[in-house]
Amino acid sequence: MDYVIEMLNITKVFPGIVANDNITLQLKKGEIHALLGENGAGKSTLMSVLFGLYQPEAGVIKKNGREVKVNDPNDANKLGIGMVHQHFKLVHNFTVLQNIILGVETTKHGVLKMAEARKKVVELSERYGLYVDPDAFIEDITVGMQQRVEIMKMLYRENEILIFDEPTAVLTPQEIEELMLIMKNLASEGKSILFITHKLNEIKQVADRCTILRKGKYIDTVDVQSITKEELSEMMVGRKVSFNVVKDDAKPTEVCLEVENLTVPGKSKTKNAVNNVSFNVRHGEIVCIAGIDGNGQSELVYALTGLGPIASGKITMNGCDITHESIRKRNVGGMAHIPEDRHKDGLVLDYSLEKNLILKKYFTEEYQRGGFIKYDAVRGHALDLIDRFDIRSGQGPTTPARSMSGGNQQKAIVAREIDVDPDLLIAVQPTRGLDVGAIEYIHKQIVAQRDAGRAILLVSLELDEVMSLSDRILVIYEGEIVADLDPKKTTVQELGLYMAGSKRDKDLNNNGGEA
Amino acid sequence: MKRGKDTKQLSLGEKKGFFQSDGFSNAMASVLAIMVGLLFGLVALFIIRPERALQGFGLILSGSFNGGAKGIGEVLYFATPIILTGLSVGFAFKTGLFNIGASGQYVVGAFTAIYIGIKWTWLPEPWHWIVAILVAAIAGGVWAMVPGFFKAYLNVNEVISCIMMNYIGMLSVNMLFENGEGLYNTLKAQNMDVASSAVLPKLGMDKIFMTQKGSYVDASSVNIGIFIAIAIAIVIYMLLNKTTFGYELKACGHNRFASRYAGINEKRSIILSMVIAGSMAAIAGALMYLAPAEGRHLKPIEELASEGFNGIFIALLGLSNPIGIVFSGLFVSYIQYGGEYLQTIKIAKEMISIIIAIIIYFSAFSLVFRNFAKKLFGGGRKKPKKPGDVDHPGDSGKGILPPDVAEPHAKEAK
Repeated sequence: MDYVIEMLNITKVFPGIVANDNITLQLKKGEIHALLGENGAGKSTLMSVLFGLYQPEAGVIKKNGREVKVNDPNDANKLGIGMVHQHFKLVHNFTVLQNIILGVETTKHGVLKMAEARKKVVELSERYGLYVDPDAFIEDITVGMQQRVEIMKMLYRENEILIFDEPTAVLTPQEIEELMLIMKNLASEGKSILFITHKLNEIKQVADRCTILRKGKYIDTVDVQSITKEELSEMMVGRKVSFNVVKDDAKPTEVCLEVENLTVPGKSKTKNAVNNVSFNVRHGEIVCIAGIDGNGQSELVYALTGLGPIASGKITMNGCDITHESIRKRNVGGMAHIPEDRHKDGLVLDYSLEKNLILKKYFTEEYQRGGFIKYDAVRGHALDLIDRFDIRSGQGPTTPARSMSGGNQQKAIVAREIDVDPDLLIAVQPTRGLDVGAIEYIHKQIVAQRDAGRAILLVSLELDEVMSLSDRILVIYEGEIVADLDPKKTTVQELGLYMAGSKRDKDLNNNGGEA
Repeated sequence: MKRGKDTKQLSLGEKKGFFQSDGFSNAMASVLAIMVGLLFGLVALFIIRPERALQGFGLILSGSFNGGAKGIGEVLYFATPIILTGLSVGFAFKTGLFNIGASGQYVVGAFTAIYIGIKWTWLPEPWHWIVAILVAAIAGGVWAMVPGFFKAYLNVNEVISCIMMNYIGMLSVNMLFENGEGLYNTLKAQNMDVASSAVLPKLGMDKIFMTQKGSYVDASSVNIGIFIAIAIAIVIYMLLNKTTFGYELKACGHNRFASRYAGINEKRSIILSMVIAGSMAAIAGALMYLAPAEGRHLKPIEELASEGFNGIFIALLGLSNPIGIVFSGLFVSYIQYGGEYLQTIKIAKEMISIIIAIIIYFSAFSLVFRNFAKKLFGGGRKKPKKPGDVDHPGDSGKGILPPDVAEPHAKEAK
């Protein structure tokens, strides 16, 4: 069997931890090879070794059977290895074409030869079915399109081995479908693809083979067709994981959050981001706002939590009008918020973990006396939450939040928000970017909160999450709620139609969805 | 190394030894920067005047001791304003603001103190200078509130508005002086002397820090100011590190959005940060000019007060830590005083400015030095930073598993 790239017995050690322990990865020509593992399993380290960012302590890399040395990313490029990073490396005020040729411009006497480059780009985009407009500016096109530009960059450089680092994390379900097609296309044209992910559905859908890593160790390389999702996840996590959220029927009681005719201005001022929306959330139920990203969810949540402006409407929590209350009043009044962007809103990255854990509580009698913070109480609180929520970090309570992994940062936020004992928990994409083990854990926590009688408003883009977790689904489309569905009586397909705007319930128009 | 074992200790917030503490390696970084700066100074001296280089270097190192007991007093005296402007800038840094307006706040504070010192003679003896300092602090706070307000409500960069306020402050003070009744001494082109009740007490330090030359007693100008400066440094240290107020201010400095999310009034925090910073710079001005007839006087010249800008590098060298700033202020004052003596062997005293500049330059590399210091003293094992550590939140670090299956892990994968 000849492999286009082989990484044999790679070992990479960082002080205190073996990030890659004797890992072997072999990529065949023309295959889509998935690299599966939890956050921190060593996938990124392995790819960094392949890309020349790290030198392994042991092991060799072979290209077409010949041993090669990859000292830096330039070497990797010369070997035909290209990578689509999770966060794109694009110049926003350049056009698609300018971004593609950036770094490998064809010039004559120092003058750019754009015509030739354009021809090549157009040719490539037709051949692989990418259809990007070479003259569009990056800032004007969708995230999905931006990703295609990244793919075009690799193709333009005639890379043979394409690495996709969690490419679907930022995409909508439709875009994911399209990306899967593109990947299959690329593979059939003879490109070899390494697909880093922890989403099992996608692996089943496109990958030929799959290599599983766990805690820095090589577990196995398997043929995707001959293995089930459950087996894959068991290999990845090291134990059985249930995909179905176990929960009893909701026993909703009185109304907690009541939103009446809420309108939120949009960024452009010409169009409202949220338009005359009414709904309620009762104690003891999980209400999910489902929708494709950018249909007003973020603005709605910002309006509810007081972080953003509202144009008109009324928000009531536990019978009190909080429409114009300050953020602090809302927090103290029983609103907890797991924000969409954990780095922007959720954490003070330069603060230690323990200081982040008291972000919503530092002013209470428990943690201060006469304006002085009681650091003993803060430490105790942090140790308690770390223990209860299994937040892992290098130096315990004193770890800077910045140096923690994404999954643990998210756990810290979830821990903090649940710890304030809220009446209403607003959770926005609480499991984004997390692996199955962590998702299962956070889902359990949310269900436990519901069972404890809290009202939960969940905003999610993941259809699986919406279907399995919620007791009631409100579909938002272009800033309006177009459906109020019972997840037991609806299908993913139907939900998709509502989300795409091709179906809407007439009676919900403008007068809100009463459950 | 064995995994597992040290998690427990670490997660309990293991106490590190003094030599391994972050504070120590931070301080060592500044000390290293100072040593490199002095080394460069020595090289420069050899280039300029090889035959006197070592002698000159000796003069720099012995600093204030060249002046005997008076010299020590003078170092304390000149350290006072730069410690305070350093605190002003450093405090603002800690709360995410760049207070480049210390110069304007300083001069506003100086004017206010002089005005009260001359005019409010109805105040009883011990209260006169105290009120003068307090009102100066308020004036400086109000002065700094303007850029703070613009920053908080209109998102105007505080650097630009502070620079503007520097010029407005300097020129308005000049104008008020020259037009003010009984403020300006036209003969000497400086402010009238402040009332003796407004002069800062010397607490007998002029008896200790003085040099006897025959029958002539050459006493230092040192006064209560240095104690005020150190006391303020301690208060600021406590404020930043121990109080909820400091927690809020620093949170706003690090992440405005998360502070808002936490329910902190971030606009109020920004304005208050500027007010506190401004009042400290103003106190520096007050302490300098509440001086006796033979002491310092304010001259209405069209030049921004250098004490304000010196505060920036004092803060840098002290790594914005209030206690560090006290030491860096004392150090800079010390070698500046030594620099005066360079002139006796015909080397320009600007040599000191060059050395300080180099030190500042190297303290900007403080991160490099800090890691070096850590290595040198075997401090915290810093792992190589991965590219995209922050950019790839979704794929960085350890998986998070419920406790029942999780083996204890040593450190984060990253």
